[in-house]
Amino acid sequence: MKPAPFNYVRADSIEQAVEALAGSSDGKVLAGGQSLIPLLSMRLAGPSLLVDINGIAGLDEVRADSDGVHLGALARHADVLANTAAREVQPLVAAALSHVGHATIRNRGTTVGSLVHADASAEMPLILLLLAGSLDVVGPRGRRTIPAESLYIGPLESSLEHDEVAVEAFFPALPPMTGIAFEEVARRQGDYALCGVGAVVEVDGGHVRSARAGFMSVHDVPVVAELTEHLAGMSLSTQEGRVVLEAAVEHAMGALDPAADVHASEAYRAHLARVLAKRVVAAAFSDATHRAATRPAVGSEA
Amino acid sequence: MSTQLFGEKVPRVEDQRFLRGQGRYVDDVLVDTPSATLHAAVLRSPHAHARILDIDVSDVIDMDGVHLVWTHEDLAGAMAEPLPLLIPHPALTHGRTQYTLAKDTVNYVGEAVAFVVADDRYLAEDALGRISVSYEPLPAVVGIESARAAENLVHDDVPGNVAARMEQNVGDAPTAIDAAPHVLELDLSIERSAAMPLEGRGTVARWDHDTSRLQVWTSTQASTGVRAAVAAKLELDLGQVDVICPDTGGGFGVKINHPWPEDLLVTRAAQVTGQAVKFTEDRREHFISAAHERAQEHHIRVGFDDQGRVQGLDVEFWHDNGAYTPYGLIVPIITSTQLLGPYKPANYRVRFDSLYTNTVIVTPYRGAGRPQGCFAMERTIDAIAAHLGLDRTAVRAANLIQPDEFPYDQGLIFQDGRPLIYDSGDYPAMLEKIRKLIGWDEFEQFKAEAEAEGRRVGIGLGCYVEGTGVGPYEGAHVHVETSGKVKVATGLTTQGQGHQTAFAQVVADTLDVPMEDVEVVTGDTRRMSYSVGTFASRAAVMSGSAMHLAALRAKEKALRLAADALEADEADLKMVDGSVQVKGSPSNSIALGTLAVLSNPLRYAFDKASQAATQFSVGDQDKPPVDEDDEPGLEGRDFYSPNRSTFASGMHAAIVETDPETAEIKILRYAIVHDCGRMINPMIVEGQIHGGMAQGIGGALYERMAYDDSGQLLNASFMDFLMPYVTEIPGEIDVDHLETPSPLNPLGIKGAGEAGVIPVSAAIAAAVENAEGFSITSMPISPAELYDLRQRHAEHTSTTSARPPKQDGSGEESA
Ligand SMILES: Cc1cc2nc3c(=O)[nH]c(=O)nc-3n(C[C@H](O)[C@H](O)[C@H](O)COP(=O)(O)OP(=O)(O)OC[C@H]3O[C@@H](n4cnc5c(N)ncnc54)[C@H](O)[C@@H]3O)c2cc1C
Repeated sequence: MKPAPFNYVRADSIEQAVEALAGSSDGKVLAGGQSLIPLLSMRLAGPSLLVDINGIAGLDEVRADSDGVHLGALARHADVLANTAAREVQPLVAAALSHVGHATIRNRGTTVGSLVHADASAEMPLILLLLAGSLDVVGPRGRRTIPAESLYIGPLESSLEHDEVAVEAFFPALPPMTGIAFEEVARRQGDYALCGVGAVVEVDGGHVRSARAGFMSVHDVPVVAELTEHLAGMSLSTQEGRVVLEAAVEHAMGALDPAADVHASEAYRAHLARVLAKRVVAAAFSDATHRAATRPAVGSEA
Repeated sequence: MSTQLFGEKVPRVEDQRFLRGQGRYVDDVLVDTPSATLHAAVLRSPHAHARILDIDVSDVIDMDGVHLVWTHEDLAGAMAEPLPLLIPHPALTHGRTQYTLAKDTVNYVGEAVAFVVADDRYLAEDALGRISVSYEPLPAVVGIESARAAENLVHDDVPGNVAARMEQNVGDAPTAIDAAPHVLELDLSIERSAAMPLEGRGTVARWDHDTSRLQVWTSTQASTGVRAAVAAKLELDLGQVDVICPDTGGGFGVKINHPWPEDLLVTRAAQVTGQAVKFTEDRREHFISAAHERAQEHHIRVGFDDQGRVQGLDVEFWHDNGAYTPYGLIVPIITSTQLLGPYKPANYRVRFDSLYTNTVIVTPYRGAGRPQGCFAMERTIDAIAAHLGLDRTAVRAANLIQPDEFPYDQGLIFQDGRPLIYDSGDYPAMLEKIRKLIGWDEFEQFKAEAEAEGRRVGIGLGCYVEGTGVGPYEGAHVHVETSGKVKVATGLTTQGQGHQTAFAQVVADTLDVPMEDVEVVTGDTRRMSYSVGTFASRAAVMSGSAMHLAALRAKEKALRLAADALEADEADLKMVDGSVQVKGSPSNSIALGTLAVLSNPLRYAFDKASQAATQFSVGDQDKPPVDEDDEPGLEGRDFYSPNRSTFASGMHAAIVETDPETAEIKILRYAIVHDCGRMINPMIVEGQIHGGMAQGIGGALYERMAYDDSGQLLNASFMDFLMPYVTEIPGEIDVDHLETPSPLNPLGIKGAGEAGVIPVSAAIAAAVENAEGFSITSMPISPAELYDLRQRHAEHTSTTSARPPKQDGSGEESA
């Protein structure tokens, strides 16, 4: 379990990192190393060059403003999780992050690294997609913003070019009258989930105005299902609401293609997706109702 | 007399070092001189079963930094022979062991094929990548079913894949069962798992040309065994080989097997290169090339009366021994004998087949065949209770051996070749204790309340008896230095059990010296060359007893010398806090260190103790300075060799909750009653029990070896082999003790090392069954499997609505 030989560049600036990547056909950025180093050690990946970005100043920012949460490429999971302003502005980020690995992993692993790594069993790619966030990347052709919906193009594959460095992620703020929930089932605490579901529900006068749910570990990419069409105008705390929710979830299941592995069968994963989706959408609905009651938005009808 | 340490919760002296990161493990040996050490790596078979057509190492030979590359053809003499079969048995008619490096065929993914030594491990692994081997794949035999079907053979010359077939009988079980009022049949299975110590295997060797001696550091449970094996294979005299086992990060059984191919290759490479050579196993290697255990399938027929008393028990089981049998039949023999636990079936027949598969070898893992046996027996008892509609503890009570029946002869031959005679115990008292501790009688109400809230909870019980402290012997050497410090050595090795503390307690008590003055060394063949090893929960019983006996010898000599020096009668003397005193006259005393000076007629006064000793004179002027049957020095050396094993016992109870939707299984409460005779250190015993229970939970709910049909291990990493974290272990574990002293050794102790793991799968299976209302016959169980069982039972219920499934039943009444 020792990596094959590789060249190593410790970049002082983003420009230098980009330059080094551009000069190699298979260079890799090294951020927290929590996903990359195991791959190297098991010789499942053998890039000829590692570009270490840990020495680049100013990349570790965690900033929360009224737009949302901005994370620099070196913001560690633990820094993000500990940031109370970020938690206020967009609670779903922290709700999901607390399920990412263990303290030691979160101390080193970066949230942006996780977004780029694009694991369909990882929490943060799903959350970026569910919140319709975006990722800023810098390459030889300059800086661009990749919206989450065009970031995840295949299993463990994001739409970054090989010579681009992700510099900042953006998670939009939680709008008023909106609630969130996240739940997952993992074999052990901190493991990649067998299935995880997050939901964002907006209410209006005790009824759903919009709703979406996101699924991880039940498809080869993270999947977000729009539920507004099914749930708009419903209260999910009624019996009727629960029946409608069940149908909405059933509809969302159509977009999923869970796979079996050593931990779970396809059927069990699909079962979990159903169970968790119902729980989580209902929980997001009550969270929204609760928030609406305690912090009604200006001009709301409530 | 200072306070007695035996029985006290003395904090572990080793924890200071371990918790501060100051432990020194095999991989730490010679780290300060990295350039002087070469590093080894092993090319392993990617196929479960294949013929080797050709191995081409030409791309490696000229690599910079590579010192040697070997395949089977490069080995000669004993090194080119198969590895030894450590424990032969007459029933093991088709025992097979692997070659140091594979010859002609490979029989499991991970089998050693080629060996490289290079400047560092990185280069060594680069070199492995350049060796090309052409294989002709052969069909793989994976799992018991495929081994039994024997459509393909692991070894061409082993018909039916059967390594061994063995049977033992007490009375006439088949006849007794036929005559019994009730008969049940059950099929019960346990999957493969492994010990998984956090430190893998590792060996460092250095050959000293000037003295023609080989020094070996290795992470083993048997340093004397490694020494003998290396000497034999390298064709050296035993006296040329020293083996030292430094701090070890766990063994749990897997490190009792020896020699590993790497032990021999590394030592030989050290000899050939003249440099120190190090092999440190990585985790993937540990998964695919160390050893596994547990996979067994059992078929049981049991006959019983209306009270649930077993009248005949007929057990047939199939044991998956992997590709080779270096450790003989120990595991299935233990299952076949220890399955009986605290019960006394009137008639018992047990038969097993030990079967080859194209998978990693099987050698004992903590519990060693007992978790399977306990699972089989306890599930059977639960099935009897369900069948008769009796309380599960009542059926157990009806079958227990009674306190006045000890010594109790089960009529079988145990793993040590001796009769299976239980020495002592009090199982009815234990059953009462566990019922109270878990709240057995209150559970029905709790269950009813939980059910009213839509929750599912269940309770289960698992009882076991464990033969511990098997022979043949263990020794100890106690040396009182002139400083008064006591240096103690025993040959068996330590993997973190707290031997430095427990043995020091025994010696400090016997000699009445402060514990800080006692230093214990284990597993160093230079200090104690006769030893068996650390396994079978034997260290405290064997070496603990030997320590006591050796310390008594030193004490005898100290008293004799003191009587002479103090001109007193031995009967008037006593040991007090590091000195010998005349009873009733504390000022009339002599320090142990001074006695150590007096014990050696060569008295250069190097130190204060020697100067102090000049005021005394000992010895008879008419006799030689060292008398005929005496030796210089204040030392004691003795061996303890018991007639038979001593039998510890215990009962575990678990309350679990299963999520009605996600099928997740949560342990709400866990209680343990444990009897290991007199406890040297209850804190260490509890630590062992907690750790064992945690490993048991791993075996019950998380860990398995996921082999696919082609023999690839799909989960060979800690990402997918789910060793539980502390977060998966219940925070509160209620432990209570019972102490029935063993009459077989001077301290009355029994082993405690393996106990905690044994009944966990049985107890949790029973609890899940109780929560779910359908039978659990296979462990481990994952949420996905529980979900699957629920689906099947729901289907079953909907299609056979006329006959609802039995609650809490795991058996079918046979015709
Ligand atoms: C034991 C363990 C448990 C874990 N459990 C979980 C879990 O439950 N959930 C979960 O989501 N994750 C889990 N992880 C993964 C962890 O979250 C990783 O830290 C994260 O996925 C990657 O972040 P990193 O900074 O470590 O990236 P690295 O490992 O350094 O890089 C990962 C990949 O992303 C690329 N990359 C990283 N940063 C950039 C950048 N700025 N620009 C361009 N490319 C970049 C790298 O080139 C590489 O291909 C676990 C890891 C471990 C070791």
